[in-house]
Amino acid sequence: MALLEIRDVTRRFGDFTAVNNVNITIEKGEFFTLLGPSGCGKTTLLRMIAGFDLPDSGQILLDGINIVNMPPEKRPIHTVFQSYALFPHMTVAGNIAFPLKMSGKMPDEIRSRVRESLDNVHLSSFANRFPHELSGGQKQRVAFARGLVNRPRLLLLDEPLGALDAKLREEMQIELINLQQEVGVTFVFVTHAQNEALALSHRIAVMNQGNIEQIDEPSKIYGFPRNRFVANFIGKINMMDVQVLEATYSHLKLIVAGLGEVTAPGKEGVKAGDKGIMAIRPEQVQILHHAEEAEVKGHFPGKVHDYLYVGNVTTYIVELANGIRIEALLPNSTAGRAKFFEVGDSVVVTWQHDASTFLND
Amino acid sequence: MQSRNFGLWLVAALVYAFLYIPLVIVVVYSFNDSKLNTEWVGFTLFWYEALFNNKEMLIAARNSLIIAVSASICATVLGTMAGLAIHRYKLKVLPILVFTPIAMPEILLGVSLLLFFLQVLNLTLGMVSIIIAHTTFCIGFVTIIVWARLQGMNWSVFEAARDLGASPWQSFRLVTLPLIMPAVVAGALMSFILSIDDFVITFFTKGVGEPILPIQIYTMIKVSITPEVNAISTLLMLLTLVMIIIATMLDSGVLRGEAKQ
Repeated sequence: MALLEIRDVTRRFGDFTAVNNVNITIEKGEFFTLLGPSGCGKTTLLRMIAGFDLPDSGQILLDGINIVNMPPEKRPIHTVFQSYALFPHMTVAGNIAFPLKMSGKMPDEIRSRVRESLDNVHLSSFANRFPHELSGGQKQRVAFARGLVNRPRLLLLDEPLGALDAKLREEMQIELINLQQEVGVTFVFVTHAQNEALALSHRIAVMNQGNIEQIDEPSKIYGFPRNRFVANFIGKINMMDVQVLEATYSHLKLIVAGLGEVTAPGKEGVKAGDKGIMAIRPEQVQILHHAEEAEVKGHFPGKVHDYLYVGNVTTYIVELANGIRIEALLPNSTAGRAKFFEVGDSVVVTWQHDASTFLND
Repeated sequence: MQSRNFGLWLVAALVYAFLYIPLVIVVVYSFNDSKLNTEWVGFTLFWYEALFNNKEMLIAARNSLIIAVSASICATVLGTMAGLAIHRYKLKVLPILVFTPIAMPEILLGVSLLLFFLQVLNLTLGMVSIIIAHTTFCIGFVTIIVWARLQGMNWSVFEAARDLGASPWQSFRLVTLPLIMPAVVAGALMSFILSIDDFVITFFTKGVGEPILPIQIYTMIKVSITPEVNAISTLLMLLTLVMIIIATMLDSGVLRGEAKQ
C-alpha cells in the first residue's frame, strides 16, 4: 500500500482554484518534490497534507486511512517551515525535545533522543543556545532535527532552503539527501527552484495553476517534458514551431518553417498534420565549423549571433537561415579560453534526433 | 548651527520644565513643615504621619488597590483573548468593537455604564460595579498591546507547535503565552495605572458606599488644600513610576531579546 495517497483533492479560495483535482501517490521512503512557480498550489497542497487547511473535496489517505478530518497534532506528519519556525523562547535542545514531550515520551528517552538527534545534524555543542544565537544554516539544521526526531511517517519541507545563500544551499542539499537516506523517512519537498528539485528528488510533480502537469523521475522530467509548460519551466530549452509530416511508431518527420525537415522520436497519439513544437536542450545542440555536411538532413547553417561565457560553459546563440535563434551550450574544457567561435562565424548546428522532443500545442 | 542647536535645547528644556515642575512642587511641599503650599518653612514627615492616621484615606487606598488589581486581572485575561482573536480571525469589525471604548469620551462611558448597571442589570453600585466599569475601559489597551506583539511575530511558530503534536491548549500554554508574556504583563501594568487614578468613570459608578482614592483626594481639596494631599499624591506618583519603569524594561529589553528569531 502506498504511504500517502492524494485522491481528487480540490481547494478553492473564492473564485480562485488553488488546487484542482490533484491525484498523487507517494511510496514509503521516497523523496518526493512538488515543483512549480509561486501561486501554483504546491504550498496549499502541503498545508492540506499537514492539516492546516482542508480540501473542498477529495481525500488524503495515510497508510490507507483518510486523514482529512484529523487535526494536525494527531497526524504522524511533521513540517519543516520555510521560516524555520523555531520556538524563540526555547533552546536548541528544548526545540528538539518539543515533539517528544508532546507525544509523552519519558525524560530519559527524550534526553538520549535529543542528544542523538543533535549528533546527526552536527550541533551537539549548540544544545543550550537560543535560536537567535544561530546562523541561518544552523537554524535550518535544528528545524530538520526537530522535524525528524519523533520519527514521523512523513516529513513535509516547505522551501526549507529558500532563505540560504547559494553556497550554503548546495551544502544543505547534500546534507538533506544524506539525512533522508539515514533516517529513511519519506520526504515531501516543496520548491520553486527546478535545479534543487532535480538534484534532490526521486520523483517530481510539476504543478501549474493548481494542476499537476507531469509526475516523473528527474531525468524523465528534464529529458522528456510532457508539455510546453514543463519544458519551459525545467531548465533551458530551444523551441521551434513545427508541423508533423509523417508519424510512425518509432519516429516523427517534422517540418520547420523556412528550415526544412527534422526527425524526432515517435510519440503516442501524434498524427500527420498536427502542429506543435520541437524542443531541444542547448547542451544537446552541437556546433560545427565547416559547412561540408550542410547538405545532410538535420544540419542547419547559421551565423554565431552572440555568446555568453559563465566559466564552466559558454552559451552560443546561433541565428539560423529562417531567422530563428538557437542556443547551444559548450563545456569549456580548455582552460583560459572563453570561446571557440567568434561572433559572425558561419557554422552548422546539429543534434541527435532522439534528443529532441515533439510537443503538441 | 550652534545657535539653532541651542534654541532647540531651550525649547526642549522649557517643555520638560512645564511637564515636571508641577510634579516636583507637589513632592517638595509634601515635606514642608507648614499648612500652606506657598513658602518653604522646613522639612517634616508630619503629613505622611497624618496620612497614615487618616482612617478614611487608608480605606480608600485599600479599596482602590482591590479595584485596580481585580480590574487589571480581568482586563488582562479578556484583552489577551481579544488580541489573539483579532490577530487570528482578521475580521475587520473585531478591532473596532474592542478599540471604540478607548476613543469614547470618559464621561460618556461613565454615564452609559451607570445607566446600564442601574436600569439593565439592576445592580447596587459599589466595588463590583466599579471593577466591571474599570475592566471595560482597560480591555482595549491590553488588546492593543498584545495584538501589536502578535503582529510582529512569525505565525508559523504557532502552526509548528500544532504540527509537532501539541493540542490547541498545549500550544497556547507552551508557545503562545510565553511569547506574548511581555505584552501581557505590560498590558496588566497599564490597566493597573489606568484604574488606580481613574476619576470620571469611578465617580459615576461608585454609588454612595465605599470611599475610593481619587475621589477621596478630590473631596479633601474641596475642604482645604493641606500638604496631606501632596503626601498622598507623592505616594501615588511613586507607585505609578515603579509600574512604568517595570513596563519599559519588559518592553524594550529582557524578554524581547529572547523572543526575536
